Amino acid sequence: MALYSEKVMEHFLQPRNVGVIENADGVGEVGNAKCGDIMKMYLKIDDGIITDVKFETFGCASAIASSSMATELIKGQRVEDAMKLTNQAVAEALDGLPAYKMHCSVLAEEAIRSALEDYQSKNPNG
Amino acid sequence: MQIYADNAATTKMSEAAIEAMNDCMRNWWGNPSSLYTIGQKAKEKLEEAREEIAAIINASPREIIFTSGGSESDNQALLTAAAKGNRSGKKHIISSAFEHHAILHTLNKLKKNGFEVTLLPVHENGVIRLDELEAAIREDTCLVTIMTANNEIGTIQPIAEIGELCRRRGVIFHTDAVQAVGHLPIDVKAQNIDMLSASAHKFHGPKGVGFLYARKGIILQNLIEGGAQERGKRAGTENLPGITAMAAALKEAAANMERDNAHKTEIRDYLIKGLSEIHHSALNGDAKQRLAGNVNFSFEGIEGESILILLDQMGISASSGSACTSGALDPSHVLLAIGRIHDVAHGSLRLTIGEDITREQADYMIDSVKKVVAHLRSFSPVWRDLTEGKKEFILK
Ligand SMILES: Cc1ncc(COP(=O)(O)O)c(C=O)c1O
Ligand code: FES
Repeated sequence: MALYSEKVMEHFLQPRNVGVIENADGVGEVGNAKCGDIMKMYLKIDDGIITDVKFETFGCASAIASSSMATELIKGQRVEDAMKLTNQAVAEALDGLPAYKMHCSVLAEEAIRSALEDYQSKNPNG
Repeated sequence: MQIYADNAATTKMSEAAIEAMNDCMRNWWGNPSSLYTIGQKAKEKLEEAREEIAAIINASPREIIFTSGGSESDNQALLTAAAKGNRSGKKHIISSAFEHHAILHTLNKLKKNGFEVTLLPVHENGVIRLDELEAAIREDTCLVTIMTANNEIGTIQPIAEIGELCRRRGVIFHTDAVQAVGHLPIDVKAQNIDMLSASAHKFHGPKGVGFLYARKGIILQNLIEGGAQERGKRAGTENLPGITAMAAALKEAAANMERDNAHKTEIRDYLIKGLSEIHHSALNGDAKQRLAGNVNFSFEGIEGESILILLDQMGISASSGSACTSGALDPSHVLLAIGRIHDVAHGSLRLTIGEDITREQADYMIDSVKKVVAHLRSFSPVWRDLTEGKKEFILK
């Protein structure tokens, strides 16, 4: 299928880090007002390092692949570094997305930021 | 297993159509407008095709003009009726909310030119109501355009009754029969149809060719100006290979229609029964008053593009009305028109089966769809909210 890169297909067909973390240290849920898709991220954070991350996504193949790739990119990172994750980085790691599917990677960036902010609000001292 | 289940999008050309096209390209390549023998032979082929097609819908050959397909026929029919209406100060058009964009976008253009458009509701079952149509007809109504069968949910409209009503009220009736020609019996006289659009690639003919039927007395408005082809109503050297192939395809489709529809209906109902076993799902459109080949379901808690790509991996070609499958990110206007909210339109799947579908293929499709739905629901946050009672199910 030429619609998506092989990387997107790989992450869509075998998404990494799918699921839920019970008692997560940070949870973020965001939605796309336009197409109506929803992404939820769960983070486990120890000493400022993301030790585990899981996601749930309701959306297209590009949204699911973006969630999967985004979790891979931030796993093991420090919270400050993960905060800097951009949707471009997610899309690039997926070997690109069709232009009209770029917003799906934005959803991944926002979901992770929202989960990190949730963590920070619960842990104001880092 | 490979299953092409998107016959509403397009169909595979039949052997008869390919044969006819090849024969034409090899042997009848002259210009039908030329006066020497090679040209006149081509002309004969052209008129033969016209006669065959006309006979199938009970029209006379003079009432058929060849076009580039459904979109062109729709545009020409609407602009013709509008021009006629304009001349007599009638600038009101009635249509339905779930027409193809070839109709809706043309109506939008006419609105900018001062026409008023009433879109009839199609209700939950995807069928218009005659009393609502009757009530909508005004003194200044110049056209009623209602599709014979819907391309997404396959629901069939009461065409003969609409035709009878329009004839009685003196309003031109056009029907976009692109999904119906070759699949449903059509008799333009018995059904009182004034204009009808058809497209060859929906009945195993080639793409880029179709026809417009216009009852004797309706003077067509040109979209394409130029030579005097098609009695001056559609310029351009005729696409003879396409036209002869279309006639061959339609002849075959018409001859086998009864048998094919009986078979497809049986498999369609089997698919509907099988897919209904999936919890929180629903059939879109009336269960019986629909094309024999059309199955359209919504599954709550998941998104359609993901369904399609997973099914493609399993060898099944299908389609969806999800916003994520449209470049514009809008959910299907057809599903919205039958009252499905965005969330439910999102998880829709259309399977349009062909004549050669088998029971084994149907079993495989049911099994594959069940697997795909379960997989996508297993990590959908919406499904979690629904099952945990944080959100209410819409579909039972
Ligand atoms: C109901 C309906 N009308 C019009 C069209 C347009 O036909 P074509 O693709 O031949 O222009 C289609 C097919 O896409 C259709 O399904
Ligand atoms: S999430 Fe809707 S288009 Fe990707």
